[in-house]
Amino acid sequence: MNGFNRLLLAAILALSPAAAFAQAATAPADAANLAPAATAATPVTTAAKIAPPAAPVAAAVKPAVSAVAAPPRLTPADIVAQPTPGDWRLQNPLSPIGHEGAFMNDKVLEPVLAAVCVFVFGLIGYAMIAFRRREGRLPSKLSHNTTIEVIWTVVPVLILLGIAVPSFQLLANQYDPPKPDLTIKATGHQWYWEYTYPDQGGFSYDSVMLTEAETAKAGTPRLLDVDNRLVVPVGATVKVLTTAADVIHAFAVPSLWVQMDAVPGRINETWFKAEKPGLYFGQCFQLCGTRHGFMPIAIEVVPRARFDAWIAAKQADNGLKPVAPPVPTPVTVALNK
Amino acid sequence: MASIPAPSAFAADHGHDDHAHADHPTLSFAQRWLFSTNHKDIGTLYLIFAIIAGVIGGGISGLMRAELAHPGMQYLPQLVGGNIDASYHLWNTLITSHGLIMVFFMVMPAMIGGFGNWFVPIMIGAPDMAFPRMNNISFWLLVPSFLLLLGSMFVEGPAGFNGVGTGWTLYAPLSTSGHPGPAVDMGILALHLAGASSILGAINFITTIFNMRAPGMTLNKMPLFVWSILVTAFLLLLSLPVLAGAITMLLADRNFGTTFFDPAGGGDPVLYQHLFWFFGHPEVYIMILPGFGMISQVISTFSRKPIFGYLGMAYAMVAIGLIGFIVWAHHMFTSGLDVNTKMYFTAATMIIAVPTGIKIFSWVATMWGGSISYKTPMLWAIGFLIMFTLGGVTGVVLSNAGVDTIYHNTYYVVAHFHYVLSLGAVFALFAGFYYWFPKMCGRMYNEALGKIHFFIFFIGVNVLFFPMHFLGANGMPRRIPDYPNAFEHWNYIATVGYMIMAFSMIFFFVNVFYTLLAGKKAEGNYWGEGATTLEWTLPSPPPFHQFETLPQVH
Repeated sequence: MNGFNRLLLAAILALSPAAAFAQAATAPADAANLAPAATAATPVTTAAKIAPPAAPVAAAVKPAVSAVAAPPRLTPADIVAQPTPGDWRLQNPLSPIGHEGAFMNDKVLEPVLAAVCVFVFGLIGYAMIAFRRREGRLPSKLSHNTTIEVIWTVVPVLILLGIAVPSFQLLANQYDPPKPDLTIKATGHQWYWEYTYPDQGGFSYDSVMLTEAETAKAGTPRLLDVDNRLVVPVGATVKVLTTAADVIHAFAVPSLWVQMDAVPGRINETWFKAEKPGLYFGQCFQLCGTRHGFMPIAIEVVPRARFDAWIAAKQADNGLKPVAPPVPTPVTVALNK
Repeated sequence: MASIPAPSAFAADHGHDDHAHADHPTLSFAQRWLFSTNHKDIGTLYLIFAIIAGVIGGGISGLMRAELAHPGMQYLPQLVGGNIDASYHLWNTLITSHGLIMVFFMVMPAMIGGFGNWFVPIMIGAPDMAFPRMNNISFWLLVPSFLLLLGSMFVEGPAGFNGVGTGWTLYAPLSTSGHPGPAVDMGILALHLAGASSILGAINFITTIFNMRAPGMTLNKMPLFVWSILVTAFLLLLSLPVLAGAITMLLADRNFGTTFFDPAGGGDPVLYQHLFWFFGHPEVYIMILPGFGMISQVISTFSRKPIFGYLGMAYAMVAIGLIGFIVWAHHMFTSGLDVNTKMYFTAATMIIAVPTGIKIFSWVATMWGGSISYKTPMLWAIGFLIMFTLGGVTGVVLSNAGVDTIYHNTYYVVAHFHYVLSLGAVFALFAGFYYWFPKMCGRMYNEALGKIHFFIFFIGVNVLFFPMHFLGANGMPRRIPDYPNAFEHWNYIATVGYMIMAFSMIFFFVNVFYTLLAGKKAEGNYWGEGATTLEWTLPSPPPFHQFETLPQVH
C-alpha cells in the first residue's frame, strides 16, 4: 500500500506544476480585465515591482500591496465541519437551514420510517412463526378484506401527508433566503473551483486541492483541503451562484445543507448562513471526469473584521482600489422568487 | 448451454412425456440455439446470458470494493501501468460498466427475457410467444450490444484514456466534449441495440398477453407474474424510445455538430437529464415489477393460499407504472429546478409509496393464515420483503427535496438503490430461479445448498450495503475512487460484506452444476398443493411445444 501511496504522491506532485501554471495563467488575464491600464501581458506582481510610468494603476496599487497583509490561514484546530471516522450520522448542521433539515431528517423522517420498518418486520416475523406449516394445519382461503385494504391504503397516505407538511416548509425556506450580505460565484472547472467576489471588485482565484504531502504538512484532512480557500464572514447570508466552465460539477457542503449543481451555460443560485467561525469542508458531488474526487471545497468562516482584512488584501493583490470595509455589500441581483 | 437437458419429448397436451418425439423435426445445435424460435429455448439463452453478464458486472463491483477498502489507490494503478490519472479514469469506466451491465444485461434479460419468456406463454396457456422470430432477434441483438459495451472499455474516451467514464447516465457535456474519443459512441450504440431488443420484446409480450390467452383466461384471472410482465412491457415500450431519442441527440452532438445539449449553441445540459430520467425512472420499475410478480407467485405457493387482494395487487402495479412516468425529476433535485417543480416532484414521488405499501401488506396478508413452508424460494421471497421495505423507506427519505439536498449524489443514494435493486430485484431473481429451475431443467436443486446460499448472501449484502447509509449521511459523495480518511471505517466493513456475498455465490454455482448433473428428477408439480398456475400442470421440463390443444381455464 505504501508503494502505491508513494506512487500517488509522485503523480500528484508531478502534475502540480501544471495546476500551478494554470493558476498563473489566469492571473494576468484577471489583471488585464480588472486593471485595463496595466500592460496586458504583465502579471500583477511584477507590474507592481516594475511600476512603469505608463501604468498609473499599477503604481497606485504599490503602497497598498505592502500595507495590507492577508490574515493567516485557519489551522486544523479551526476545523468545524468535516466527516468523522466511524460516524453514522449527518455532519453537524451549522446553518439555519441545516438545523431545520437535520430536524426533518432526525426527528421526523427517521423515527416515522423506523417505526414503519419495525411494524412491517414485526408482521412478517409474526406471520413466519404463527403460520408455519404444521401437521393438520389447513391454510385459510381468505383472499379479500375490503376494510383492511382500505386501512392500509389510507393510513400510509396520512403518514405521508404528515411528512409532507414539514418537508414542504423546509423546501420553501430553502428558497426564501434573507437579504444576502455577500454574493460569491463558484465556477466548476475540471478539476478545481474558481471563486469570484463580484461585489468586491470582481476579483477571482482558483482553489486547487492540496497534495497528500501538503495536507500532511499542514495537518489538514487528506483530499479535503485546498490552496486558496473560499472566505466568508460568519453569520452573513452568503448567496452562492454556481456555474461551470466545462462539464457539470456540484458545489456541496454537507454541514451547511448546501448542494447545487454547477451547470455550463446556467447560473444556479443557493445560499447559506454559516453560524460558527471555523474551517468547513465539502466536495464536488457530481461526476465530472477523471479527477472528480479531487476538487474539494474548503471554506474559511471568519469574523467580519478578518473577512474585511482578507478582502482588502485580495483587492490589493489584484490591483483593485480598496473598498471601505464597513459598507455593506450592495445587492445587485434580484432573487429568484 | 448444452448441459441443460433438452425437453425430452413432445406432448400433444399437458399429459405425459412417455412417447417418443416423432412429431417435431430433430434440430441441429445451430438450429436449436442460434435460430431458436421456441420461447423456452430463448428464455434459457437469456438466463445464461444474464448469468454471464452478472458474473462480469459482479466481478467489476468486486474490483471497486477492493479499491475502496482503504483510502489511497491500491489496485487500479496496477492495472494501468501505474498512471494515477489513468487509474482514476479506470474507476469511472468501472462504475459506468457496472451500472449498465447490471441494468441492461443482467436484471432486464433475466427477468423479462428469461423468466418472462419461459413462463408468460405457459402461464396464460399459450403454445409460444406471438412472434417467435422477433423473439429470437430480441435476444441476439443483446449479444452485439454487450460486446460493444465491453469493447468500449478498450477504445479511447477522454484524451489519453480508454473507456466510457460518464456513469450509466451519460450526462452531457461529460459524455460529449468531456469524452472526445469513440468510446462513448460505442456505448451509445450498445444502448441503442439493447433498447431495440427490449422494444421488440415488449411488443411481443403485449401481443402475446392480449391475444394468446387460453379460453377462460381473462385478464383478471392472469397470474400476477403475467400482469407484472404486461405492465413492464408497456413501460419499456413508452420509455425506451425517449432514451433512444436522447442518446441519438448525444450522438449528433458528438459527431454531427448539433448543440442540443451545448449551451454554446443554445442547447442545455439539463435537457439531457430530463430526457434521460423520463426513461430512467420507468426503467427502475421495469427492473423491479417482474420481481413483484415472481414474489407474488412464490409467496402464494409456499403459503398454500391464493394471493391476498389479487385485484389490488394487479392495479397497484398498474398504478406504480403510471406514476413512475411522472416522477422523473426527483433524480435532478440539485440541478437547479424551480421550487414549485421540486414540490410537485416531491409529492408525486411520495405517492408511489402508497401502491408499494399495498403490495407489501398484501404479501404479508397472503402469508397470514397460511401454512408456510420455508423452502429456498420462500426464504428469498421473505428476504425480498425485508430488503424492499428498507429500500422503500429510504426512498421516502430521498423523495423530500429539502432533505435530498444533502443526500443527493451520496452513498445514501447508492445504499437506497442497491436495497431496492441489488437486494430487491436480485432477491426476486433468486426466488424465481430456485422456484422454477427444476421446472426448467427437470431436476431438483439441493435444498441445503440453496438455504446456505440464501443465509450467507443475506448477511453479506446487508454488511455490504447498510453501512453505505452511514457514509452517505456523513457526506461521502458517489463515484469517487479515493476518499477522505474519515470514511475508511464503513468502507472497509462494506468490502468485508462484499467478500461474504461473493463467498455465498460459490454455493449457488455448485448447486446449479449439482442440479444439472446429479439432481433428483423433478415431478411436474414439485411444490404440491399451493402451486396452482398452469406451468405446474406440465411435466418438468415441459415438452418442447406445450398446449397444442389449448387448456380450458375455469
